[in-house]
Amino acid sequence: MPLLDVRNLSVDFKTANGQFRAVDGVDVQVDVGDVLAIVGESGSGKSVSMLALMGLLPWTATITADSMMFDGVDLSTASDRKRRSIIGKDVAMIFQEPMSSLNPCFTVGFQLREALKAHLPLSRRERQKRAIELLEQVGLPEPERRLRAFPHQLSGGMCQRVMIAMAIACKPKLLIADEPTTALDVTIQAQILELLLDLQKDTGMALVLITHDMGVVAETAQRVSVQYAGQKVEEQGVRDLFASPHHPYTSALLDALPERATTKHLPSIPGVVPGQFDRPAGCLFSPRCQYADDHCRQVKPGTASEELGHARCHYPLIKGVPQREAS
Amino acid sequence: MDNTLIEARGLSRHYDVSSGLFGKTATVKALSNASFSLQAGRTLAVVGESGCGKSTLARVVTMIEQPSSGELTLDGHHIRSDEPLTAAQQADLRASVQIVFQDPFGSLNPRQTIGRILEEPVLINRPQVSRAEREQQAREMLAMVGLRPEHYDRYPHMFSGGQRQRIAVARALMLDPRILVLDEPVSALDLSIQSQILNLLVELQERLNLAYLFISHDLSVVRHMADDVMVMYLGRVVEKGAASEVFDTPRHPYTRALLSATPVADPTREQTRIRLEGELPSPLNPPAGCAFNPRCWKAEERCRQSAPELDTQEAHPVACYFPL
Repeated sequence: MPLLDVRNLSVDFKTANGQFRAVDGVDVQVDVGDVLAIVGESGSGKSVSMLALMGLLPWTATITADSMMFDGVDLSTASDRKRRSIIGKDVAMIFQEPMSSLNPCFTVGFQLREALKAHLPLSRRERQKRAIELLEQVGLPEPERRLRAFPHQLSGGMCQRVMIAMAIACKPKLLIADEPTTALDVTIQAQILELLLDLQKDTGMALVLITHDMGVVAETAQRVSVQYAGQKVEEQGVRDLFASPHHPYTSALLDALPERATTKHLPSIPGVVPGQFDRPAGCLFSPRCQYADDHCRQVKPGTASEELGHARCHYPLIKGVPQREAS
Repeated sequence: MDNTLIEARGLSRHYDVSSGLFGKTATVKALSNASFSLQAGRTLAVVGESGCGKSTLARVVTMIEQPSSGELTLDGHHIRSDEPLTAAQQADLRASVQIVFQDPFGSLNPRQTIGRILEEPVLINRPQVSRAEREQQAREMLAMVGLRPEHYDRYPHMFSGGQRQRIAVARALMLDPRILVLDEPVSALDLSIQSQILNLLVELQERLNLAYLFISHDLSVVRHMADDVMVMYLGRVVEKGAASEVFDTPRHPYTRALLSATPVADPTREQTRIRLEGELPSPLNPPAGCAFNPRCWKAEERCRQSAPELDTQEAHPVACYFPL
């Protein structure tokens, strides 16, 4: 049984102009010790699906799912009390902007000990000791001094280390990292990614990495799930995904990478991601897809077999060629 | 060959920062002693991490700020730190140097229509141009950057990030500049949109023979776009050369580390990462000697005592005592 098993998750937001579906029928499975990357462009629902899992969405959101099993507990039906005992302890999350995720009014030590106090039966002295250990574990020099520092006294990279320390404080089974390095410089990004992977290996926790950077995906993930306009369009092992993407969107996205370019002119995807009012009737990618035909524009595609990366496409690609006769 | 549009010699920009009411004023050397040249039709990329002075360089080249010292020649006009330009000279130069900013959401006035945004530079700098002519120019420019004529009367909020960046490029081109400073033009955009904008920039450069000063932290984009690369660290140029040389045979340890830290979208690639310890030092209190020495694995006593200079006579100069 997977550690996390979310089936058919949908999230709708109430907006001034009616309902907007941000996440549309997404399945997520994560095993113990897995590193899953969720990639997608802005508006693809990659963050929202994980925030829904954490229960961090505002009241305007309606979450529906067939099941949201985490470690034997269905989070969609569990009592609030039960949820709170799991979220933050067994499932932890770090966010994109380390500077704004920390409370500027309290010291780093206070915020770190607060997480320990909420979930673990430790004395004051033990909490202090554990906080120092944690900062050492995430590679912050002079942990005792840092505990007394306020967030503004630390750099972005250090703040992200503090966030990670806070997230791993209760030895979570699953860590969700939402664009953990987007706001950081490349050399610092390399340090943080390495830290996350080391922690993952040492503790055996599962890691879900939400990102838009294909380079980060290639270097860190074992499995990749690609999202587009709220739907999961493909899921594969990282090597297979980069070698032979089955969904035309994934394929086009990889071709658009400047480092894969062979000429000065980059292959690009025409058009933009559909918004609230121009969602196509059939396949959501059909207006931008180079292989789309009338069937694609009218009928919503199902998901293909596992060998075809569960591609949500009528004509999944095999070695870059769409399989027309398949359906 | 004299189509050199930018010629900078020892360009510096320092800021005085007061540290409290009774504290001494400190000097931040945001940009020290940068020398480079840029020819028409070519792209010079400036790479580096935050705080390395790449945006300060952009502000000095676009005359948003005066250099503190050094000489800058822009399209035949000399700018010197000791004698500010007259208003007429500045206006003249503004037409030949334009800038595109990183954030297409912040750089367009939400209360102006696209037509008005595009016409404003002409209205201010060339008041003699008639209204009908301005509109004509704006509409032509819309077509040039791949927008439709009906977009003329719309407002910025009706556009996506990629389209807004097209508008920002169009606005920068309204005065027929010869130099375009691109300050992280694609880093706020999604991957599928990023390639559209990069293609547009390449096309425009070929068509109009523009010189690009391309500022970016994304090395894969730089590798794709640049003819020459300048690597900066803490306000100083540490390495300079043709893009292919800098990427294939980096000579400065920092360049090497930066390249190895950049994630590559190829899961089968063998990872040989140089692990840089520590963080970027504060520009208020830079380390003695070479600014990179506390993080450098090749640093020796000499690096801690004096800062190596960039030998601008070389084709691929590097500011390091122990180049790779």
